Amino acid sequence: MNTQPIAVLGNYKDPNLLMTAANRIRESGYKDFDIYTPYPVHGLDKAMGVKRTILPYIAFGGGIFGLLNAISLIWWTGAVHYKLNIGGKPLFAFQFGIPVMFELTILLTAIATFLGLWFLCGLPKWYSPLQNDEGFKSAVDNTFVVSIMATDQRFSIEATKKLMTELGADDVRLIQE
Amino acid sequence: MNVNDTMNETKSSVNGTNSLMPSAHEEVFREQLILGNPTLHEITEKIASIPTLTPNLKFLVTLFVFASMALWGLFCMGYTIATGIGVWGLNNPVGWGWDITNFVFWIGIGHAGTLISAILFLFRQKWRTAINRSAEAMTLFAVLCALIFPLLHTGRPWLAFYWLTPYPNQMQMWVNFRSPLVWDVFAVSTYGTVSLLFWYIGLVPDLATMRNYVKSKFASKIYTAFSLGWTGSVRHWHTYEVAYMILAGISTPLVLSVHTVVSMDFATSVLPGWHTTIFPPYFVAGAIFSGFAMVMTLLVIAREVVDLKSFITLKHLDNMNKIILATGMMVGYAYAMEFFMAWYSGNPYESSVFINRATGDYAWAYWTMVSCNVISPQIYWFKKMRRSIPVMFVMSIFVNIGMWFERFTIISTSLHHDYLPASWGYYSPTWVEISIFTGTIGIFFTLFLIFAKFVPMIAIAEIKSVLPGSQPKHHDNH
Repeated sequence: MNTQPIAVLGNYKDPNLLMTAANRIRESGYKDFDIYTPYPVHGLDKAMGVKRTILPYIAFGGGIFGLLNAISLIWWTGAVHYKLNIGGKPLFAFQFGIPVMFELTILLTAIATFLGLWFLCGLPKWYSPLQNDEGFKSAVDNTFVVSIMATDQRFSIEATKKLMTELGADDVRLIQE
Repeated sequence: MNVNDTMNETKSSVNGTNSLMPSAHEEVFREQLILGNPTLHEITEKIASIPTLTPNLKFLVTLFVFASMALWGLFCMGYTIATGIGVWGLNNPVGWGWDITNFVFWIGIGHAGTLISAILFLFRQKWRTAINRSAEAMTLFAVLCALIFPLLHTGRPWLAFYWLTPYPNQMQMWVNFRSPLVWDVFAVSTYGTVSLLFWYIGLVPDLATMRNYVKSKFASKIYTAFSLGWTGSVRHWHTYEVAYMILAGISTPLVLSVHTVVSMDFATSVLPGWHTTIFPPYFVAGAIFSGFAMVMTLLVIAREVVDLKSFITLKHLDNMNKIILATGMMVGYAYAMEFFMAWYSGNPYESSVFINRATGDYAWAYWTMVSCNVISPQIYWFKKMRRSIPVMFVMSIFVNIGMWFERFTIISTSLHHDYLPASWGYYSPTWVEISIFTGTIGIFFTLFLIFAKFVPMIAIAEIKSVLPGSQPKHHDNH
């Protein structure tokens, strides 16, 4: 038998207990661990030491890109490429450009946020090594599942299992390939 | 807090068979948003099971009726395109009739969805979680119905691409960015796209729940594909919540801008009755008013048909009725202010148009609008009325009718008596225009029924996150 350990999993039902566990696991020096929850649990990301996402910068970049696009589109098409005098109105002015500039800023911000979100999450990804575990499957229903991955430097099957059990996890189990 | 302390608190787990009541620092005195203290699994079971039910006869008959209306409407659209808009009742001077009325009507309907999903989110209104999914879906379908009309009214929609969108073509022509009609193209298409992205992002965690819930292999594959492999990882939730906040933040000014730009189609013209600065806020208030009425119509039916009474409670409906009352009064204020300004401006054309509105050929439309939009919502001052299902159902229909007539009044009365008395005329629609409008009603409800059949109607993950006891108690200490 040639089985490789993938992760140690433990289930939680209580968000308070989970919060303590997340803090303890991080304090024990684990880096490569995750928690799967059916809904966003407030403060859990901090407890796990998750770094602040850079998504706002991506969104902001998208917005600036949209705005610059709108300005150059209105200016180039109206005042450079095909000058059309309509009622003596200026060929280019910010006043009449504002609605389109605003809308394109919003549109590109939204698209950048949407794409940035999936990019930062590494999704779509239709496979997870944990996907056949029943507890893991119910993480989108009613269970909080903590996983400490075997790729973590501090991972050792016995010690990691012991830590999880100490932290009050139910059904602490090893997932193997 | 050490582990033993928390162990003793496990009883308060939301997963326990006896979910505890909200703890002291939660809002004990507020009415509960979810009735019956369900566990997390019960919530999943209740909402995720709806798409797995075999459609009953009632559902199929309703679907058949609306789909037939939609098909007949689509046929009439084809007839219009093949023959030309001469088959409509438009004339000179009334060049905009039911088409633009319907466009403004449907765009307005959409606004409630974004208001609920974005603005109420930013204001931390927890009650929105029960209704935002269906309201956002409604927004998408309403925008889709709205888009049909400006395309059709161009007469030759196959040419509309270079009239409406700036793309390099062999005539080297571009759109005219000085025209509010072009602003409208950008506003509405941005609105539709952003609403779709927002709705889909909200949907992904629930599609993951569906993926693991459904028994059918085929359905599971489809849900798997659309849920993008969502696992519920906290690292993902962290980014997800930021994304949701950004989208809510940008949707808020967006939704206010869309009807503002729509109103500029009118306000930037020189026609008395259209040329007013009050139009943008007036249109936005009216849009939210009509949108909430449509959400109400749909929810009252939905909570009866698929038994969502424990999630969409009387408190939700009460809150929505309060918003209907408030926005109804804003609209009423705008009606009064239009009259005041017509008099106060000293402009004889303005006052003649407004006197004509209330007493002329279209007085019946004007007074239908006033009774439906201003007078009838006043019963919502009484709590009993705000919580009576039959009353709110009838009222929501009234408001929809009233708001349709508002747009009709604004468009037709201003056009049919313009500056040149010799060209004054009267406009009434033909059967083609009426069929296209009923067709969009058919499309709207058909899409909504299909949505209810395949997609969780209530945001499962969001409902769970506002369940009493679902959030850790002292997370601020860490």
